[in-house]
Amino acid sequence: MPALPAAEPPAPPPHGRLWRSPEPRPAYDVLVVGSGGHGLATAYYLAAEHGIADVAVLERGWLAGGNMARNTAIIRSNYLWDASAGIYEHALTLWEGLEDALGRDLHFSQRGVLNLAHSTHDVRESVRRVNANRLNGIDAEWLGPDEVAKLVPILDTGAHTRHPVLGATYQPRAGIADHDLVAWGFAAEADRLGVDLVQGCEVTGFLRSGGKVRGVRTTRGDIAAGAVALCAAGRTSVLTETLGMRLPLQSHPLQALVTPLLEPVLDTVVMSNAVHVYVSQAPKGELVLGAGIDGYNGYGQRGSPRTVEDQIAAAVELYPVFAHAEALRTWAGTVDVAPDASPVIGPTPFEGLYINCGWGTGGYKATPGVGHVLADTVANGRPHPLAEPFGLERFTTGALVDEHGAAAVAH
Amino acid sequence: MLLIPCPWCGPRDEREFRYGGQAHIAYPADPSALGDEAWADYLFMRDNPAGRHAERWFHGSGCRAWCDVERDTVDYTVTGSCTTGAHPAGGPDTGPCTSPYCVRRAVPSTGGTR
Ligand SMILES: Cc1cc2nc3c(=O)[nH]c(=O)nc-3n(C[C@H](O)[C@H](O)[C@H](O)COP(=O)(O)OP(=O)(O)OC[C@H]3O[C@@H](n4cnc5c(N)ncnc54)[C@H](O)[C@@H]3O)c2cc1C
Ligand SMILES: [Zn+2]
Ligand SMILES: [Zn+2]
Repeated sequence: MPALPAAEPPAPPPHGRLWRSPEPRPAYDVLVVGSGGHGLATAYYLAAEHGIADVAVLERGWLAGGNMARNTAIIRSNYLWDASAGIYEHALTLWEGLEDALGRDLHFSQRGVLNLAHSTHDVRESVRRVNANRLNGIDAEWLGPDEVAKLVPILDTGAHTRHPVLGATYQPRAGIADHDLVAWGFAAEADRLGVDLVQGCEVTGFLRSGGKVRGVRTTRGDIAAGAVALCAAGRTSVLTETLGMRLPLQSHPLQALVTPLLEPVLDTVVMSNAVHVYVSQAPKGELVLGAGIDGYNGYGQRGSPRTVEDQIAAAVELYPVFAHAEALRTWAGTVDVAPDASPVIGPTPFEGLYINCGWGTGGYKATPGVGHVLADTVANGRPHPLAEPFGLERFTTGALVDEHGAAAVAH
Repeated sequence: MLLIPCPWCGPRDEREFRYGGQAHIAYPADPSALGDEAWADYLFMRDNPAGRHAERWFHGSGCRAWCDVERDTVDYTVTGSCTTGAHPAGGPDTGPCTSPYCVRRAVPSTGGTR
């Protein structure tokens, strides 16, 4: 869509607030549905890079209270296929400049991520992925058990453990960033550029004329738009259902937990796909442990205790010192999983409607990359080159981007 | 934690089961006649409702049989369970459903969340 001249800059937010909370207007150039990281980043890049600031982000709950507030904040780009390397590495490059771009501290810490291999099959898959990563210019290394032990002394790398550590992939540029600070950073900058952030406004359906989407129905009235971009993560299917559009998504609970504040014992991030546990230690000292998804479909933002039990059992096997820790709090989000563990991004059969979904258990790391690519897609009415392989049509053509190896549990 | 009533074994802990996704998806009657769209639909497209869901569970640590469970995906309440395929979606029943927890019967279910 054509870039319009920038509107008058809005009055700044009230003192002490990061953004205004305006009433939604009856029409916008672009509506973004969902104020998770993806929606906020998309709005920010629409305004910052395409001069499209007549944008509202509509949020049914509170700003970034969905998966964005619930993830374990792991960032990495060491995915297997070229298409994935393209978009995840694009995101990582943007992460590396994001504190400057947003003008604030995001606690972005490139402390490295290890993915453990526990079987000869794991080893082969991991080494293959390291080689594929290198061909794509991604910093990837294969570490033997001794090197792993040096980086993670608390890990039991003994030969007779339940889950022997046969080595690990290592991406030194990977790491974590504070998800709340990231959301608030994008929100504040988008607001400053004129984007309306509207909380407590649930989209319930679409305004249509024939095959075109002309806006949305919301709990606060109808809002017209030139284009609508769905960034509703786990609730995407609920929205597209109102259009009779079927998506290859299943929404699952995904759980995580934290311990109380502990002395520093871990200064990198360690993941294990095989036993579904991954861990980092936050700057304040709490251990953050993520689990695998609960197998069933669920929108309840809660999962089953068995998943947490299994996760803790695996964690204590791998890190015997964790037997001294306590689980302080567990929680869950609702993640939308696609059959090939890759996202769905791009135009839809409905003119004016764009989707971004299927990020499942691992979309936080992509936040700036998705925002950048989706904003470009919406602004130009065609998929950004990095989004092209992730179109909905791949499920018909069969050109899947199978990232189960890189993504299985993965975050 | 889910308490799932197996039609053969009675109410059992979720841990004894494996989830099998949406129920009542029939194998294409004439696969060689299927176009790409229809294959995509059969292989990849699934209902994903926030609410009542007909789904398959496999009682791996019990009778090792599949059953069709009806469950709410928002509050996770299990309404009942039936023998596999007894009540295909949108079609007539294929035969008697012998499940004491049949979703078509007005008996209170012992299944549920706990
Ligand atoms: C426990 C857990 C751990 C995770 N760990 C990692 C990790 O370590 N690394 C990683 O990369 N990823 C991780 N993820 C995945 C990641 O959080 C998601 O892929 C990502 O947050 C999805 O994008 P988002 O931030 O835009 O989603 P969300 O924050 O879920 O945003 C979607 C928003 O849309 C809103 N919405 C939905 N429907 C409507 C509607 N009808 N109207 C208005 N608003 C609506 C929701 O309320 C929500 O705020 C994890 C997820 C969970 C749950
Ligand atoms: Zn049984
Ligand atoms: Zn029945």
